[in-house]
Formats: sequence, structure tokens, C-alpha cells
Amino acid sequence: MIPLPLTAPPGVVTSDVLASDLGCFPTLEQYFGLIAAFKAEDFEMCVDLCGVDYLEHLDRPLPEGVSGTRFEIVVNLLSLSKKLRVRVRVQAGNEDPEVPSLFTLYPGTEAMEREAFDLFGVIFTGHPDLTRILMPEDWEGHPLRKDYAVGKVPVQFKDTPGPR
Amino acid sequence: MSDPTIRVADRIDLLAAETSEGAQGLQSRSVTNTDELGREFGAVLRQSDLTLDPNDVDFDRRDDETMIINMGPAHPSTHGVLRLMLELDGEFVLRTKPIIGYLHTGMEKTGEVLSYVQGGTNVTRMDYLSPIANELGYSMAVEKLLSIEVPERAVWIRMLMAELNRIASHLVWMATNGMDLGATSMMIYGFRERELILAFFEKTAGLRLNLNYVRPGGVAADLPDGWEDDVLVICDTIYERTFEYDELLTGQPIFRGRMVGVAPISAEEALALGVTGPLLRSTGVPWDLRRSMPYLAYDQVEFDVIVGTYGDNFDRYAIRLNEIRESVRIVRQCLEKMPSGDYRSQDPKITPPPRARIDESMEALIHHFKLFTEGFHVPVGEVYSAIESPRGELGCYLVSDGGPKPYRLHVRAPSFVNLQAVPLLMRGGSVSDAITVISTVDPIMGEVDR
Repeated sequence: MIPLPLTAPPGVVTSDVLASDLGCFPTLEQYFGLIAAFKAEDFEMCVDLCGVDYLEHLDRPLPEGVSGTRFEIVVNLLSLSKKLRVRVRVQAGNEDPEVPSLFTLYPGTEAMEREAFDLFGVIFTGHPDLTRILMPEDWEGHPLRKDYAVGKVPVQFKDTPGPR
Repeated sequence: MSDPTIRVADRIDLLAAETSEGAQGLQSRSVTNTDELGREFGAVLRQSDLTLDPNDVDFDRRDDETMIINMGPAHPSTHGVLRLMLELDGEFVLRTKPIIGYLHTGMEKTGEVLSYVQGGTNVTRMDYLSPIANELGYSMAVEKLLSIEVPERAVWIRMLMAELNRIASHLVWMATNGMDLGATSMMIYGFRERELILAFFEKTAGLRLNLNYVRPGGVAADLPDGWEDDVLVICDTIYERTFEYDELLTGQPIFRGRMVGVAPISAEEALALGVTGPLLRSTGVPWDLRRSMPYLAYDQVEFDVIVGTYGDNFDRYAIRLNEIRESVRIVRQCLEKMPSGDYRSQDPKITPPPRARIDESMEALIHHFKLFTEGFHVPVGEVYSAIESPRGELGCYLVSDGGPKPYRLHVRAPSFVNLQAVPLLMRGGSVSDAITVISTVDPIMGEVDR
């Protein structure tokens, strides 16, 4: 397990999630500072950002000191020079999740955050253009949430009377 | 829908309302504030201080001086259903916004209701030009969670197929890129050569496009008898033909005129945008997961990572052309070093028994039944595994809750991220350059929208 960057906010919980990846579990307040610290430590690229809805597993196993919430944002950072990956999992909250946007650190998260907003309804504060990206603009609900049933809306075209 | 009595002028409004993307679309200048406009000028690098030079932006344009037009979603050169809203000043592109989602079919949601056994059929349809890469990323993630070893032969078969698939994918790229630039003969040649590979896929896996060949635990079938000869013919033919493409395109003045120096991107910009694959390597960053973070047996074969210098269209073309040659090199080494043995894991909990065993053994019948009704259970955990697909880093983030289905299946699609570079690349270029930009970024919409 690699140590956290020196500039990281104090008290970030880490664990060896699975071989080779360092897993960090910052709180919402520590989140932005931690990513910024990683960026300063040669993590040049934010490879992936996605949401997970743990509605059915609120009591999932997490390292000590972390209390799981329904929504989780998972960020995968990559250091090209060190050939290392780091995974940051932040507990985003149960209702109306709100997470600071990483856009000012990694502009490449723009589309990924829009996707997480679109599919999970997570608000990214500070995102310059938080609109839906995959679903139509007038769509109701966030499809990847666990309480959004598969096949809820049969086929969608504008002007087709739907069950909504 | 359309009432013939409505006057044409009204119909335009109606059409505009029907096709509007609302806030997702590119807004006209009168409703965009200066800050946002400035950021958009720095392309979708909407960051205030990264690339934006205030002298570079003229905020004074009125709405009637520029024009916002749509390109796509049904434009032939957008390679699928990509819609671009371009703000034009005459022939030149000022702002661009890609609008995606026209091919969104909820594959990540579908992945949550399919068992791990069935999952391969789902992911293989994402990037439809490199199905093996998708299956490989997915299977490796599942295997990492199961913590099982794949037999040596399966590893090499996977590598062989992945590289053949890379060749096929790059050939389609060469073909469509030629088509976009008016080199229509390239279209025919590219698809002709790809046919060789697809025929081999059909012989091996039974299917040509969505193979579902690489599965958790190994591959679906062993290589067919006489595969060495087939692969050798593919290698020889395609390697030779790449020099024909060279002759046809590389030195061709019209082709060069549209490629050399057009739409450059710097390494800093590419890294900031999270761009990977040939697009990143064209800027001179030697980042190829096959070399940098080897998986399968890539550390046991010799190949070169092709990098560019200027990050322009031509570099991206040259990288793909030379990657075909490097892939041929890897395939030849697979041919030499292919070990014998099992082509899939012999763990009966993961691999279905051979058909003949079902008639003899009760246990095999039970295993078969369990696997195809319920599927196998995967331990609780989450994993991110990444491979180098022809378009860049293809990652699979998998969360398992211990059941037979993934709790969350997320695919980090390289095209989806690479698409963010499009506004930056198009900025200041002409509309005809825009066509080459889409082409050299090579987005596969099935993967972008998932």
C-alpha cells in the first residue's frame, strides 16, 4: 500500500481494497482536498468517475470509521509517471447527494460528472454545465438508481403517451 | 405528425422544437454569459486558466454574425449518431458541443439484471468494432473478483484474438477515414482486409461481430484445426497491404494537406481531458497499458509503442497504421509461442461441463443446470480493471454483492472520454477539418452512449 500524499487532509481512511489499488475513503469535506493532493503528487489523469447506488446494501462492509451512505462516487486516478492507480470512494449521502465537482482539477471529468448526474441524480457543485448527457432533457428520474425499475418505460419517443 | 396545412415557416419552428436538446445543446451567444462563453472558447476545457487567452476571444460578436448549425445525428461522417452543434463564422468553427445519447440503451442497467455468465453478451455490444476488448475487460474484472487463474493457453488465445481485433478495428478506421477524406478506394480495401479477420473469428467463435468469445474463466472454444495457417495468411496479407495503404495515402498530397498540422492537441491538454489511446500517444506521451501496466502476457512479447510528435491528424493516422504492423508482430509471436493445454479454467463452478459429460455424470448435469439458470456467485467486493482497447483505456468497474449478478457494472469507455477533445480540436478549423477531426478521434457511438 502506498502512503497518502503529505498534503492530503488529515484523517483520511485508507484500505487495500483489492490488489494494487489504494482505496481512500474521504469524507465529503476531505474529498476535494484529497484529490487535489493526489494531483500535486503526479496523478496526472482522472481516468474514471462513476456513481454507485447502494440502496440495498447500506450496511456493506467498509473500513472502520466510514459509515456507508446510499450513494457513492468512485473516482479512479492514474499516475503515468509512477504507474499507479488510486481509487477514491466518497460517501455522497442518502437523499439529494451533493459532491464538489473535480472540474477545476481535472477538466476531463466534465462528461463523467454529467453522466453521474444524469443516471444517479448526484449534484456536482461547481460544475460549469450540469445537464443531462445520455438521457433526453425532459426525462424524469435517474435510471441507474436501484429504485428505478428495469423496463419501467417501454419505449420512449416524444409524443408517445407513456405510463408516466 | 406533420400537418400539411401548416405553413413552411411554422414547420421550421415545429422542427426546431421537436429536435431541441434544451440545455444540453449549444446556446446562442445572447443567452450565454461572458464567463461561460470564455470557457467554451477554451473549448470544453472549460477551465478558466488552462488554455484561455483573453486576447484570443472576441466577445463582441452579435448573434446574427455567427450561425449555429447542426451536424448529425444522421450525418454520414459522424460515424453513427453523434450530433455536433457548431457555431460557425462563415466556414470557420468557433464553438462546438457534442450532443450524445442517441444510442443510449441502458447497457449498464441491463448489466445489473444479467448474470456473470450472460454479461459477456451485453458488454460485447458496447464497442462494436472491438468486441474482444470489451469482453476481455469485463472477464478480467470478474476473474479478479473471483481470484482465479486463467490457463496459459487461454491467456495467449485472448492475446491473439485481441490483437487480431485491434487490426480489424484499425482497418475499419483506415477505411472510414479514407471515405471521409474522399479516398473512397480505401473504404473498399479496409473492409476487404477486415473480412479476412472476421472470417477467422467466425471460424473460431461462430460469430463475426459480437463474439462473446472471451468469457470469465477462459475463452468459449479452442482455436480451430489449422488455425496457424489462417493466422499466417492474415499476417502476411495485411502486413503487405499496409505498405499499399502507405502508397495510397501517406505520401498523397491531398491527403497530407488535410491531415498534416490539422487539429493539433498538446500533451497537457490531452492529459487534463483524460484522453487515452492513439489520441494521447499522438502527443508524444508513450502511454500504452500493454507496455506500461502489462496484463495477459504482453510482457512476454516484443512490440513497439508508437508515439507521435505534434498531436495532429496525421500523427493519429500514422500511429494507427503502424499499430496494425505492431499488432501483426504480436500475432506472429502468439503463433510461435502458443502453449498447449486447456483453453478455459477447469473449475466446474465457473466453466460449464462439456456437452458429452452431461449424459454421463449427474454432477456435470447439476453444474450445467446451475450455471445456466442461476450462474456462479462472485465474492463481495469491487474492482477496476483496465485494458488497452484500440481506442484507449477500457476500464471495467464492477461491484459485487456476493450474488450471481453484478450489483453495478460500469464501463469506462475510451470513446466517451476522448469525445471531450473534439471541441478543442475543432476550434478555429474549417468545417471540412471538422470532418477529419471526428474521424481521427474515432468515437464509437455504441460505446459512448452505452
